[in-house]
Amino acid sequence: MAVKTAAQLTALILAVVAIAAAPMLLDLFDLIELTLFASMAVLALSLGFIWGFGGILSFGQTAFFGLGGYAYAVAAINFGDSTPAILLAIALPAAFAALLGYFTFYGRVSDVYFSVITLTVTLILFNVVNSTAGDEYRIGDAALGGFNGMPAVPTFNMPFDPAAVLEPEASWYVAAGTLVAVYVLLRLLLASSFGRIAVAVKENEVRASLLGYDPRLIKLIVFVIGGAVAGLAGALYVNWGAFVNPTIFGLALSAQIIIWVTIGGLGTLIGPVVGCILVQYIVSRIGTQQTFNANLILGAVLIGFVLLLPRGLMPTLQHIATQAGSRLAYMFSRDNAGRAIADRPAGAE
Amino acid sequence: MTDTAAPLLSTRSLTMLFGGVVAVDAVDFSLAPGELRCLIGPNGAGKSTFFKMLSGQYVPTAGEITFRSRSIAGSAPHEIARLGIGIKTQVPNVFNGLDVHENIWLAARRRNSPSTARRIARDILERIRLSHRSMVPVGHLSHGQRQWVEIGMVLAGDPELVLLDEPAAGMTDEETRLTAELIREINASRALIIVEHDIQFIRMIADKVTVFHQGGILMEDKADTVLKDQRVRDVYLGKKEYA
Amino acid sequence: MDLAAVLTLDVLSGIATLVLLSLGLAVIFGMMRIINLAHGEFVMLGAYATVLSANAGINIWIAMLVIAPLTVGAIGIVIERCLIRFLYGRLVDTMLATWGLSLFITGAVTTAFGNTIQGVPTPLGGFEIGDYRSSYYTLFLVVLSATLLGLVFIFLRRTRFGLVSRATMQNPGMTAALGVNPNRVYMQTFGIGAALTGLAGGVLAPVSGVGPEMGAAFVAKAFITVVGGGSAILAGTASSSSVFGFINQTGSYFTTPVFGEVIVFLSAIVLIRLLPQGISARFFKGSL
Repeated sequence: MAVKTAAQLTALILAVVAIAAAPMLLDLFDLIELTLFASMAVLALSLGFIWGFGGILSFGQTAFFGLGGYAYAVAAINFGDSTPAILLAIALPAAFAALLGYFTFYGRVSDVYFSVITLTVTLILFNVVNSTAGDEYRIGDAALGGFNGMPAVPTFNMPFDPAAVLEPEASWYVAAGTLVAVYVLLRLLLASSFGRIAVAVKENEVRASLLGYDPRLIKLIVFVIGGAVAGLAGALYVNWGAFVNPTIFGLALSAQIIIWVTIGGLGTLIGPVVGCILVQYIVSRIGTQQTFNANLILGAVLIGFVLLLPRGLMPTLQHIATQAGSRLAYMFSRDNAGRAIADRPAGAE
Repeated sequence: MTDTAAPLLSTRSLTMLFGGVVAVDAVDFSLAPGELRCLIGPNGAGKSTFFKMLSGQYVPTAGEITFRSRSIAGSAPHEIARLGIGIKTQVPNVFNGLDVHENIWLAARRRNSPSTARRIARDILERIRLSHRSMVPVGHLSHGQRQWVEIGMVLAGDPELVLLDEPAAGMTDEETRLTAELIREINASRALIIVEHDIQFIRMIADKVTVFHQGGILMEDKADTVLKDQRVRDVYLGKKEYA
Repeated sequence: MDLAAVLTLDVLSGIATLVLLSLGLAVIFGMMRIINLAHGEFVMLGAYATVLSANAGINIWIAMLVIAPLTVGAIGIVIERCLIRFLYGRLVDTMLATWGLSLFITGAVTTAFGNTIQGVPTPLGGFEIGDYRSSYYTLFLVVLSATLLGLVFIFLRRTRFGLVSRATMQNPGMTAALGVNPNRVYMQTFGIGAALTGLAGGVLAPVSGVGPEMGAAFVAKAFITVVGGGSAILAGTASSSSVFGFINQTGSYFTTPVFGEVIVFLSAIVLIRLLPQGISARFFKGSL
């Protein structure tokens, strides 16, 4: 246990050092691309959390991502200060997730239908926002712009100081720092009593309710946290491009989030982050080459993982590492040979 | 524990229909505080359905359930669990992916602080004789051991009434004997209702026995009387001929 | 009066479109409990088969009614053999794999034919009701969807294959014990579902833009229709197509087509919440 905590702390420190050093090592173009990857990785964490630890498969995590993005854009244009806009980008999707979650979990909608409903919801938002072209669709000073989206959205500034707009290096620190912070907070949450109860509900809903826990409430809270994180990712994304349009709600992105988590590994937090960055990197390389279609590759990769490596990359690597580790331990300490090293379950990482 | 005391649990005309099939038919049942009651009856007699209505997994079609003079028919399972009814279901119903300690800890945690829950979990692991396997995922345990984990989880919730659906099913003779011992221990401080098929096991633990047959109560008496009764024998032997 | 007639025709064509779009999915979902998220791409493939063969000089009716279903049915069987059959009983994995498949097919078609919108002219021409114009092709779609419902009914009720497949869906183990190979039944059912979907793509090609990404527009509509309908393939598809088709067309008429769609999606969510088992489980128990 102590060894594991120490290893995790070391990894965390390494991550922070790498983030701090990145602007010195990379040119601006790469840094800006990494900023996008970090923002998207926050989105990946939101689904990795609710699906991997709450058993909630949302096909429409883009609904919260998009709401966060639009809430940020509208609020930033109106307030001129990004500070309340970011808060709104967290609060509005969280509130929407609470509403949708109450409607579905308390309505005993089964898992599969839940997925269909979330998919439908994000399509509704896509359609609605897509059709807001024209001057009558504006909120305060912000014209929603329909399928053209909203250009020239103010980017992040120093808290409560709209004049001090962040430079690209600072935006990198914000995005990467947010990613690390969200990761650590989710990790702590999972180690808390609530996190363990949430995993128990995912494992066996009936047993959890027979122990006196209300599965509907637990799932609702998990779902709301996921919505808030996705909304925050939306604000980061809009900050990255200073621009938002309805594709942020689209099916293509919904599919990508699922792919990130499936590839990286369900039931871990690091897996979705790794999967996201990997896929984003591949897609950006394909985009510059134009020989292969990105959809073709992504589709093939997803099918391949479901058929051949359903656990995903990180759990498989962990499994290999544990096996190698236990083999080493066995070789070096024959006196302990009788004690088998227990397989850790996926949810208790 | 006299008959005149207010019952801990009682049902009135409790009925459950599945489509056109009557699974439980207007059952009146009553359990005194601290009592240990066995429910027996052939497969399909309605025992498990009766249990699932008590625990809130099924909503009764009609009738009343009263626990500690509160009506609980149709309440959600978690509400009933919080009132003090703990159930071990027929098929082991545990968190297979989590380890033994975590399973029990989760059950204790609802009413206690994390550290108290850890202490309770340690105590209970002693009682169910699984301390040495506390870090093993429950899915890796034998069927009998998983039944014990589930009984341990029920105890960790500190319920006033314990429902055990076939606690000795699939156990070795030695495990069965230990389970009977455990049940007597539990009965020192709590009421129990136990559904069981194994007549030998019932002889080990039973005081009063209720016989279910075709969704209703066939008879209810001391264990010796019930097991000697000709009607009960017919019900069971009739089934054995097919088996 | 003329307006009422045109509106009625609009509603009927909306219902017919939904029946066509969702019947293949309903067969696959209802009989195999598989959620095929590549359904929209099956529609797209049917449309491409029609456009390509029409452009190659083949009669449009043969292209739509014969080539499209046969092509997509064959592709469906290949997909079932190479992918789906490894995933029976793993509902979520099937959803993920078919979503991957949907991306793959979209990507493959884009690579092969380019990301351009193609089309074929609508056959049959139009007629006038007072001041309003409508087309005979709309009438054809309405008649075709009713005919398809009838054919599927006869197929499931009156043929040996229908009986065997219904039995397999109820209890694969028992059917296998009776000497039927369940694998074969699954393969054929998936092929039939795919062929029906290809047919839908074929006949819808003249009335919609045909491009690699057209499937995305259909998949959600088809899904809510099937889920809203419930487990009974025919009664469910017919009833929920009627409900959603009516809502879509009247909603579109009184607002805009986009909001008509939004209203349909919203009502679908409410319907799933109120009737989690679908319309047919509530009102048409035990029907096909």
